[in-house]
Amino acid sequence: MASAGRGKPAGDPAPGAVPTLPRGLEGQGGTPNALRNDCPQRGKGKQVPTWVWALPPVAVLAAVFLYPLALVVRQSVSPDSGGTSLQPYADVFASSAFREALTTTVWLSAGATVGCLVLGFVLALVIAFVPFPGGKAVARFIDVFLSFPSFLITLALLFIYGTVGMANGLWTDATGAHSGPFQFLTTPWGVLLAEITYFTPFVMRPLLAAFSQLDTAQLEVASSLGARPARIVRRVILPEALPALAAGGSLVLVMCLNEFGIVLFTGAKGVTTLPMLVYSKAILESDYPAACVVAVVNIAISVGLYGLYRVVSRRVGA
Amino acid sequence: MLVHSRGGRWATCIVFFVLFLPVFALPLLVIVAASFATNWSSALPSGFTTGNYGAATTGDSLQALTTSLITALAASVLALTVGSWAALAAAALKKGGRRFMDALFVLPVAVPSVVVGLAILVAFSKPPVLLNGTRWIVILAHTVLVMAFAYQSVSAAILRLDPMYEQAAASLGARPHLVLWRVKLPLLLPSLTAAAGLCFALSMGELSATMMLYPPDWTPLPVQIFAATDRGSLFTGAAVAVVLMGTTLLVLLAVSRIRTKASFR
Repeated sequence: MASAGRGKPAGDPAPGAVPTLPRGLEGQGGTPNALRNDCPQRGKGKQVPTWVWALPPVAVLAAVFLYPLALVVRQSVSPDSGGTSLQPYADVFASSAFREALTTTVWLSAGATVGCLVLGFVLALVIAFVPFPGGKAVARFIDVFLSFPSFLITLALLFIYGTVGMANGLWTDATGAHSGPFQFLTTPWGVLLAEITYFTPFVMRPLLAAFSQLDTAQLEVASSLGARPARIVRRVILPEALPALAAGGSLVLVMCLNEFGIVLFTGAKGVTTLPMLVYSKAILESDYPAACVVAVVNIAISVGLYGLYRVVSRRVGA
Repeated sequence: MLVHSRGGRWATCIVFFVLFLPVFALPLLVIVAASFATNWSSALPSGFTTGNYGAATTGDSLQALTTSLITALAASVLALTVGSWAALAAAALKKGGRRFMDALFVLPVAVPSVVVGLAILVAFSKPPVLLNGTRWIVILAHTVLVMAFAYQSVSAAILRLDPMYEQAAASLGARPHLVLWRVKLPLLLPSLTAAAGLCFALSMGELSATMMLYPPDWTPLPVQIFAATDRGSLFTGAAVAVVLMGTTLLVLLAVSRIRTKASFR
């Protein structure tokens, strides 16, 4: 306590009677009236309103993110021939490459989401309700798994199911055939497998959180009344898990729509999703207006779905 | 507990590991195994070698590693500064303002990262700011992409902060900046380090936006891995991938609390 600095003996509290503060806070009350409470909310008029402090980061975000996005939208309505028209949109919507990419993206994302939900639900169920040694380690492992980039999964699948990979090697060794039966990696199924593998943990996280709040007494009661595990899952656990499933599922849907690394590493010419189309139009063909049109469509779909996800997850409190 | 009988529990365990191991553990093990091999045409890789690591830690790959480290470090520091400033400013706002800030700063997560790359490429390829072809455009894109995670993780931590401390400090006469510097930031420090680790890991693995705008003399590790596998040298690619995973893990261990994208979405 730097009580020596506070001159007035009348208002000086006994040294040591004041709770300890982090160093540097002492003597902040000002010398003449040490007891006056200088509450920052009751400032002296020169205080800046709180929203001013929010301006610098918003300005940075606007400069490096919102302004570029606006330029993409502007580029999408200015064709190479000059002027402003919706011609790029008409051209892109009419092209079969775009329609194919749109359908591929949508069904791949929907399929991967369903797969992740099923697999994630089963795995989370076992981790939460059938205790086994190493369950904690498994949960930790999933966290580590999520910090790795997605394309590593495709890289690994190349060694497992690739033309000279593990599975085909086993097959050719066993049967003496010239080539193995696993040739699906460069088809949409390879992408689907990789996406399910990578995104399942994103479903498991909210599910495990929801399961940890479930009162296990409910399960014991149901089971003591004679319900089989399958019935308990269907009638007790599933209703509790629905919000978490909805939140996790919509998150995975958005992330699958936006996934690029997995598709790029597959190297499949036949699998073109919307992000892949943006990349090939812009970088490989240098057709920026078309790339921007596809980008705008992609933004509209994913931001719309992401907004939905935020609403769903806020409502269920997940 | 759902399954009571001993046999039933064993069966569930077996089903679990039959599902779990191939799906999650196998891919990582396979990459590590392949990085030590020269050939993989049967059940197990053959031709044990450490030569892949020779290729993965010299020349271009070594440069890619330093490139990635510098990019990730710069992007994390920038994103953390802007993100936590925004989160702290948002926490002081009223409900409507806070909602607006939340929506604004999670937007980069919702927009596909390829599109973020395209947008930055379009915007900074022409005056007034010409960054195309320099390393700064890569760092800028990474900053934008990880900023949302920094913002979310810091604002989640602020929500959990006990307001008693700052109120006590303020009631004893501390000015707002002093409350921020001596009370709030020290209390937030663990979350800030965790957020820094997350940003670093995400930036190390970022491929989508980087593919759109990397200049030839600034190729981060993921691009290097793609280049290696694209020209057919899968095993070198695997070794570079192990270097990438190892570096990421080391950094995450250094900040000691592993957090992931899923916790902040």
